[in-house]
Amino acid sequence: MAKTKSTPKTNTSGEELRAFYRQMLLIRRFEEKAGQLYGMGLIGGFCHLYIGQEAVVVGLEAVAREGDKRITSYRDHGHMLACGMDPKGVMAELTGRAGGYSKGKGGSMHMFSREKDFYGGHGIVGAQVPIGTGLAFADKYRGNDNVTFTYFGDGAANQGQVYESFNMAELWQLPVIYVIENNQYAMGTAVTRASSTPELYTRGEAFNIPGEQVDGMDVLAVRDAGRRAAEFVRAGKGPYILEMKTYRYRGHSMSDPAKYRTREEVQKVRAERDAIDHVRDLLLQGKHADEAALKEIDKEIKAVVNEAAEFARESPEPDLSELWSDIYAEAAGGAE
Amino acid sequence: MMATEILMPALSPTMEEGKLAKWLVKEGDKVAAGDILAEIETDKAVMEFEAVEDGVIGKLLVPEGAEGVAVSTPIALLLEEGESVDAASAPAPAPASTAPAPAPQESSAASAAPAAPEAPDDPQIPPGTEMRQTTVREALRDAMAEEMRRDEGVFLMGEEVAQYQGAYKVSQGLLDEFGARRVIDTPITEMGFAGLGVGAAFAGLRPVVEFMTFNFAMQAIDHIINSAAKTLYMSGGQMPCPIVFRGANGAAARVAAQHSQDYAAWYAHVPGLWVAQPYSAADAKGLLKSAIRSDNPVVFLENELMYGEAFEVPALDDYTIPFGKARIWREGTDVTLVSFGIGMKWALQAADALAGQGISAEVIDLRTLRPMDTATVIKSVQKTNRCVTVEEGWPVASIGNHISAVLMAEAFDWLDAPVLNVTGKDVPMPYAANLERHALVTAQEVVEAARAVAYR
Repeated sequence: MAKTKSTPKTNTSGEELRAFYRQMLLIRRFEEKAGQLYGMGLIGGFCHLYIGQEAVVVGLEAVAREGDKRITSYRDHGHMLACGMDPKGVMAELTGRAGGYSKGKGGSMHMFSREKDFYGGHGIVGAQVPIGTGLAFADKYRGNDNVTFTYFGDGAANQGQVYESFNMAELWQLPVIYVIENNQYAMGTAVTRASSTPELYTRGEAFNIPGEQVDGMDVLAVRDAGRRAAEFVRAGKGPYILEMKTYRYRGHSMSDPAKYRTREEVQKVRAERDAIDHVRDLLLQGKHADEAALKEIDKEIKAVVNEAAEFARESPEPDLSELWSDIYAEAAGGAE
Repeated sequence: MMATEILMPALSPTMEEGKLAKWLVKEGDKVAAGDILAEIETDKAVMEFEAVEDGVIGKLLVPEGAEGVAVSTPIALLLEEGESVDAASAPAPAPASTAPAPAPQESSAASAAPAAPEAPDDPQIPPGTEMRQTTVREALRDAMAEEMRRDEGVFLMGEEVAQYQGAYKVSQGLLDEFGARRVIDTPITEMGFAGLGVGAAFAGLRPVVEFMTFNFAMQAIDHIINSAAKTLYMSGGQMPCPIVFRGANGAAARVAAQHSQDYAAWYAHVPGLWVAQPYSAADAKGLLKSAIRSDNPVVFLENELMYGEAFEVPALDDYTIPFGKARIWREGTDVTLVSFGIGMKWALQAADALAGQGISAEVIDLRTLRPMDTATVIKSVQKTNRCVTVEEGWPVASIGNHISAVLMAEAFDWLDAPVLNVTGKDVPMPYAANLERHALVTAQEVVEAARAVAYR
């Protein structure tokens, strides 16, 4: 069983690095803007930002094929942007407007896109794991070679339903990649305070599911691990676990005072392991881009995010009739 | 020296009679404790029946193939070695297949129930349609089989649904016809397989998820409500969840508190779900077919005690029943009895008894609790001016409470008496036979409530 730490051999191109840079920057700037709009009262409720973890979804989306599915928890903005959902629709959902992906009825934690095979956006810790396993079940049932990326955090990794899913996925050889985004804290509880075995990539051992621990701050390492996992799973060998060691810079949600870790700890990761800085360095060192070209990308991204924010502010609130729509898929035949 | 009578065993909590499928011993055979004497077919399965002591089979009192052999009927005589049958003075063999012994307990009208009443005219059934006696169990199986033939995306998963042929034999034969790809035995992990089913439904398949009983669905209720019922709304209409959660609900017999609960009110509370709790076999079939075809998540509440009851089911190629339409089983003028599921048994028995006392009861079977056909109830109450609701579940926040509130709001001027709710008692289900009888609804309680609202 493979449970090796990945040692990425950087086999990449300028084009790929520029794309990674652009995608990760989009997520970061989008999330920063969401934080601002939250502060202005334009976004309500819970809002969980993805800042710091960008390399995970961007690296894995690089190995996804047409028809592959993805599903995650409530920290979902990055996943949506990475799979190509429109930033305008995502931001307008955050502001609870008619132009949002769920017409304003789902909010930050509950967004979906059939077109992009994004199956949410789930607000109950761990619930997306059996659901993602079921998406994979459907692919196996239909006999195609698609895979499902089922993301969950280090907190969810202790949920019972995760192991019920592991068992069925291996038993039935389902094409699912379990991606554990270990950002070190389940809300305010450090992994070591909640997990009897903090090496989460070993959690499939009892089920005979291979696991790998990956530097989730290194988009190329993520991509390579994702490639290995997808190849294994597409070949019909059953599920695969990727533990992404990553870090969230912001609080659990917007209302998190973050007393459970020091400012220095966060600063150290930002300074030494930041995923975007890493790609920026690779681009400059490899002479794939110069400062001016990167600035140009920054400007483009800023424009996209500003446009999304503008759309999210301008889009009208949902019509009151929306209160009563989408409860049932068809007219509930009969009385009442 | 005395011969020992070997009695027909009770091999399941609900078994009252069984079929002596096969004798594996013959008269004169020596047997030791643990030897298999016979195969006995219960309401759930064919079981092997063992000798509990050593001896010689003196006489087989019930022939192989006898059906309807009541529990505790002597089926054979076991002699000690050297003893003869004559000396043992055998009791007369029970006339097994002709006269089933009365059920062991049940002082209420339950065990004395006449053959299930005929369903009232159904406008959807063309005149001249052949009607076949079918058990609820067979009707449910037929519904699943028909829908699986019709749509490749329909599959069944749950505990013991495939190789075991269903813990209650509801899925009997489906594995043979559809194979292991579409009839899937799961581990005993309700939360996991319910969530997996929801994912498969999001991906466009049509899972039928069987819970052995709904008591165990409490482990999965997060997926039924948070994942299945709410996602269409939360996705702005993008993500329907065409899934059916079905299985036995409510009290069986002598299985105590954790295995005897009616979840009607729990699920009926939830927008986004459809909820059915059928009484007759025809409704079970027609509603389950509609449930499987629906793009909505459906909670389909069956009842173990009803599985073996036979009703007439129309022999139609495609018999479906819409959700949200009550069935009037019996027309009446003095009081409206509203029930659903097994509660219909008590309501119909009560209506018979009331007729004998000069009170004409109209009996309405809601059939589905969400959507609920309150219009039919209101219309009936406008005629009878009195209403009694009947359900097995607990009294607080019950279906009856809801109907009472609807009648108060929408038929207040027509009511001549307060609406009464006959429900299960407000206690966890006890094990002791006498206590259990008192915890459950009886037809007598329904009669008393009807007389109270009729002031008679």
